[in-house]
Amino acid sequence: MANITIDGKQLTVKDGITIIEAIDQASVGLPRYCYHPGLSIAGNCRICQVEVEKMPRTVIACNTRVAEGMVIHTQSEKAKDSQQSVLEFLLANHPLDCPVCDQAGECKLQDYYMEYGLYDPKFNDLKVKKTKKAFPIGPTIMLDQERCVLCTRCVRFGDEITKTNDFGVFNRGHHSELDVYPGKELNNKYSGNVADICPVGALTDRDFRFKMRVWYLGSQDSVCPGCARGCNIEVHYEKSRPYHLKEKRVMRLKPRENQDVNKWWMCDEGRYAYKAIDDNRIKKTRYPGGPTTSAETLNGQSEKVLEAALEKLAAALKGAKPGSWGVIATPQSTNEELFLVRRLFRDALKVKDLAFWAPGQEGYQDDFLIRADKNPNMAGAKRILALDEKSGDITSVVERAKKGEIENLFVFSTDLAKVFGADTLKAVRSKVKTLVFEGPNGNPTADAADFVLPSSSYAEKDGTFTNFEGRVQRIRKAVEPVIGSLPTWLILSRLLFLLGQKVDYLRADDVFDDLAKTEPAFAGMNYKTLGKGGTVWAK
Amino acid sequence: MTEPVLSRNFTVADAWKMDVAENHGAYETAKKVLTTMQPDDVTNQVVAANLRGLGGAGFPTGKKWQFLPKESQKPIYLVINADEGEPGTFKDRYILERDPHQLIEGIIIATFAIRSKKSYVYIRGEYVESARRVQAALDEAYKKGYLGKGVFGSKHDLDIVVHRGAGAYICGEETALLNSLEGGKGYPRLKPPFPAIVGLFGCPTIINNVETIACVPHILKNGPEWFAALGSAGNGGTHLFGVSGHVNKPGVYELPMGTPLREMIEKHAGGVRGGKKLKAVIPGGISAKILTADEIDVKMDYDSLRAAGTMLGSAGVMVMDETTCMVKMLYYATKFFSHESCGQCSPCREGTGWAHKIVTRIYHGEGSLPDLDVLLKIARNMEGRTICVFADAAAWPIQSYIGKFRPEFEEYIRTKGQGIHRDYKEYDPRVGAPKQIGAH
Repeated sequence: MANITIDGKQLTVKDGITIIEAIDQASVGLPRYCYHPGLSIAGNCRICQVEVEKMPRTVIACNTRVAEGMVIHTQSEKAKDSQQSVLEFLLANHPLDCPVCDQAGECKLQDYYMEYGLYDPKFNDLKVKKTKKAFPIGPTIMLDQERCVLCTRCVRFGDEITKTNDFGVFNRGHHSELDVYPGKELNNKYSGNVADICPVGALTDRDFRFKMRVWYLGSQDSVCPGCARGCNIEVHYEKSRPYHLKEKRVMRLKPRENQDVNKWWMCDEGRYAYKAIDDNRIKKTRYPGGPTTSAETLNGQSEKVLEAALEKLAAALKGAKPGSWGVIATPQSTNEELFLVRRLFRDALKVKDLAFWAPGQEGYQDDFLIRADKNPNMAGAKRILALDEKSGDITSVVERAKKGEIENLFVFSTDLAKVFGADTLKAVRSKVKTLVFEGPNGNPTADAADFVLPSSSYAEKDGTFTNFEGRVQRIRKAVEPVIGSLPTWLILSRLLFLLGQKVDYLRADDVFDDLAKTEPAFAGMNYKTLGKGGTVWAK
Repeated sequence: MTEPVLSRNFTVADAWKMDVAENHGAYETAKKVLTTMQPDDVTNQVVAANLRGLGGAGFPTGKKWQFLPKESQKPIYLVINADEGEPGTFKDRYILERDPHQLIEGIIIATFAIRSKKSYVYIRGEYVESARRVQAALDEAYKKGYLGKGVFGSKHDLDIVVHRGAGAYICGEETALLNSLEGGKGYPRLKPPFPAIVGLFGCPTIINNVETIACVPHILKNGPEWFAALGSAGNGGTHLFGVSGHVNKPGVYELPMGTPLREMIEKHAGGVRGGKKLKAVIPGGISAKILTADEIDVKMDYDSLRAAGTMLGSAGVMVMDETTCMVKMLYYATKFFSHESCGQCSPCREGTGWAHKIVTRIYHGEGSLPDLDVLLKIARNMEGRTICVFADAAAWPIQSYIGKFRPEFEEYIRTKGQGIHRDYKEYDPRVGAPKQIGAH
């Protein structure tokens, strides 16, 4: 351990770490472009200059190791002068096209100019013109060479993280240009990350470009539901101008650092899957004898319609013969919801035909983040429902339904047509008396159902997912449920109440507390202790 | 002057051929060293000889060799820096073209001392004839059995590879040279780690200048005391000085370290051409700070020149008489540095280009007086803030030319380039001026 002083703050840090790491530990601000904790040290932007006592010149914090007794100043006149001068160099050939730049508002050139710059600019000559402006370099990313500060973060990302070696810096001196190699395009499974790590507007996300100025965005911490990895994300949503893009509220997803799960990254598949939050949503409750008007014309009556549907469904559940119901749950649901599925169907209604595992749904997998299992909560589903791939396989339930051995079928989210084919759905539909569909997005199974209960997407509710390693992580409500829908845990607790069960769940964390009491794997956990990074359950 | 050491074969016809070189004593010392001495003794002799790196930095060579890790599992490389690109410098070329066996003998002894089995000679791309001569000499040495397995019957194996650069000045910076040699872009590396620990292909590597290594056989032949006594205190041996510019006899002169600059210009190089008055001298290549005519009573060695506020650098002495326009000099200096900056560090990448734009403007008669202060500010902000010393080298001409000739710059700006040089036509900046300001 080394004792050092940063801006008068006494600190004891690990030996051999760099000054910038110590500065970050001490939460002292320091500008940086090329430095990224997930990438190798390049030391080329030169802006993280600090003054170290007894050293003749300012040094870069990213490539200087701490030593016992070091006294570091980040705000001294010498340090500030160095930082300012580097910023002035970086802005010398920068086009200053902030008004038309999509990065504006989250651009480190802007931020650092306000925080560390504010110098009297002296540049009075023509700027260097570079080749490519607003040039697509792949399906996801747009390149603007003249905004680039040549920090090489993206170069190192391609070389070190994805190992696809996409980028290079071409030419020399102030004619240096960032580009993909000739004849190549940036097209890999993690390409979107380069827009995140680009500190300026050189690499922007083609999907997000010009949709919205970033200062109109709100941010909520969540977990990606795209696969069993459970990458930590931020959901960026429309904060205050609902009229801006009709009914589109979630604008983009950004990875959130979690060293135990996804480091700083996420895959493109997860990144661009946010569209399901606003697209193809079920907004209208349907039940036998219900209103036939469209969701838009219900004029705020949609909650009452859902309530009526639930009452009717509760009556049907109550009056059913034992063994007449089959349930297809889903590992897309949160732990809380699966716990309520268990309470309602297995404990209260004694349903035996309860399954959750859809066969043949595995997808692409790599040795970095992407998992073949595309469900965010497979581990939680297995544990809470006490089933595995074999005993929880929905095939047997569907087969029994096809043969008419099950009278009524309750389906959560799963599209039977997608898993088994349209013929199977048709066969099931013709045999089953009551088909209930509960889910956020429309599909052929929903179209065929008697009861359709619109539920909230993961961005509209609180809850937890358990990833493939048994890490329980929180998802948080970013936007309100679409009109007419409710979170699944609320729908289920409502049904429990209508069936005369004891329910006192005001919020999702009440359900989680109940789960933690009854399921040993979750013992001792609550929303507070899960924190930002989640907790791995006991083995 | 004492007997020539490094240049003794420069006037011998065909000394680059093996038989001629051997008639003049080539490889005798190497044979003796490899068969009778221990590697560490060789290093100790080089240390005692006060041999300092003759590529420009002047770092003690023996000390550099001693930085190598004692117990290395990885191979050790010796890389010869023959990327002689500093404007005003042409000394290594003479060794490469006229006496390459001297270099090869030096490599044999040096690799023996540092226990290296492979050496690369990185030759500047434009030095086509040099590369051809060195390759021919290597071929002959292989044929003779002086290279390859068991050199001179000893246990020392050695392979030497010639690698030609592709024309970037920055590849003369030792770590950029390593990157280039590895097949990468010529970007200087962040230090630490230093090449002696992590160098070529991640292995311990010593990088020495051509002339430095050429000195090694002479140290071993005549003893370190003899070599040290040739030079001045702490600066052993002789040095090849490339004198160019407005002198009567430009050329390469081998002179002892510490020879006064005045003696070099007036005696050896035959004085300023045409009887004109001396205006300024750059003592060590374009990167070195300029000396005025009053400042040339300085000894030409590392320490004396550093004390005089400049540097010996690559010993490229550029002499300028009174007709020289300092604005034009600065124009060419900033043009060179903005063209050759590798572009890795932001201060250098943007600063060299920016400075050149301003100087171009001044040169074309469109400057203003505050531009000079902006130039000095750019130079100050580049200096010492980058990975390698290129930015320093780019800053020093700006600082020293403006610092020492400011009245001339101001006069030039005021008169739009017409006042100070009466023979205006000769210096008409509009003749052949580039169309776009700032273009190369």
